[in-house]
Amino acid sequence: MEQNNKKTTTHNIGIYLWIWGLLFVFSTFSYMVDWFDLQGLLRWSLIIFFMLIKAGLIMAIFMHLYWERWAIVNVLLWPMTAILVFVAIMTAESQYTFFTRALFFVMGG
Amino acid sequence: MSEIDLSKLPKGGKGFTHDFATDQTIFKGVPWGKAMMWIFLLSDTFIFSCFLISLMTARASTTAEWPYASEVFGLEVFGANVPLLLIAIMTFVLITSSGTMALAVKYGYEKNRKMCALLILATAIGGLTFVGMQAFEWTKLIFHEGIRPWSNPFGAAQFGSFFFMITGFHGTHVSIGVIFLFIFARKTFRGDFDAGRRGYFTSMKSDYRAIEILGLYWHFVDLVWVFIFAFFYLW
Repeated sequence: MEQNNKKTTTHNIGIYLWIWGLLFVFSTFSYMVDWFDLQGLLRWSLIIFFMLIKAGLIMAIFMHLYWERWAIVNVLLWPMTAILVFVAIMTAESQYTFFTRALFFVMGG
Repeated sequence: MSEIDLSKLPKGGKGFTHDFATDQTIFKGVPWGKAMMWIFLLSDTFIFSCFLISLMTARASTTAEWPYASEVFGLEVFGANVPLLLIAIMTFVLITSSGTMALAVKYGYEKNRKMCALLILATAIGGLTFVGMQAFEWTKLIFHEGIRPWSNPFGAAQFGSFFFMITGFHGTHVSIGVIFLFIFARKTFRGDFDAGRRGYFTSMKSDYRAIEILGLYWHFVDLVWVFIFAFFYLW
């Protein structure tokens, strides 16, 4: 058990320092998006891109998901992707709300 | 926890069907505390997504101009307005504390009591710094900028309620984490995890695996901040 534990849960210190450094770099990049005041599609895609990389690194390495068995990885990640469905539903809903509000302000009820 | 030799089990997709098809423990080699922490974090993910999705809904459906976060959260340094400066520093502080936590978990498994305890303490101090900066930010916004949950001078009235709710809920998580980090730092210093001393709360024997579970919570707090930083402050 002890032997097994050692093999599966402790890793070289290097990998943690690397990921730590990468998180700093990508945070700086996402801050730069605001610093250079990028706008529109470029801004949004860069924000999401850096966000997903950072989230992936934290979950995979810091939270050890990369080394976990697929059983627990799948149980955790699939429900999270279901959130995207909720996002899609609420996007449609908010556009409808915006439309009715705009209509109200133009037509006066 | 379990006596299964993981190296003998199939891996990847085959391992997935194998683990789910067996009796008793599905999550092979995962202590129950860790599985429960993951399931708690999954439910917490849903709560935070509800907040962020409602932020999206409010922002997309309002006809008023949404306040420009870059200016609202700007900080004046030597007469120049630097956009989002405080938030950027807070982000780096939290990432740093996440890094020290990851190392604490590593040293915990290597039964390096002193390094582990020092790194947990460093993590706790990082978390405390973050909460302190958040308190400063709230004070500034409430007393100097006049942001309220129902109104603000920058634009859409909904802005304040989302700001206080989202950052407040996250700050609560950080504060709870800091409390537990200090408790764990003390326990580690005292050698509870080496001696297997029984805990004050669950009265179960202390085990270095508990530090990984605490680490999962702390990394999650950092993870949530990544999303808040992207969707609330940068978007």
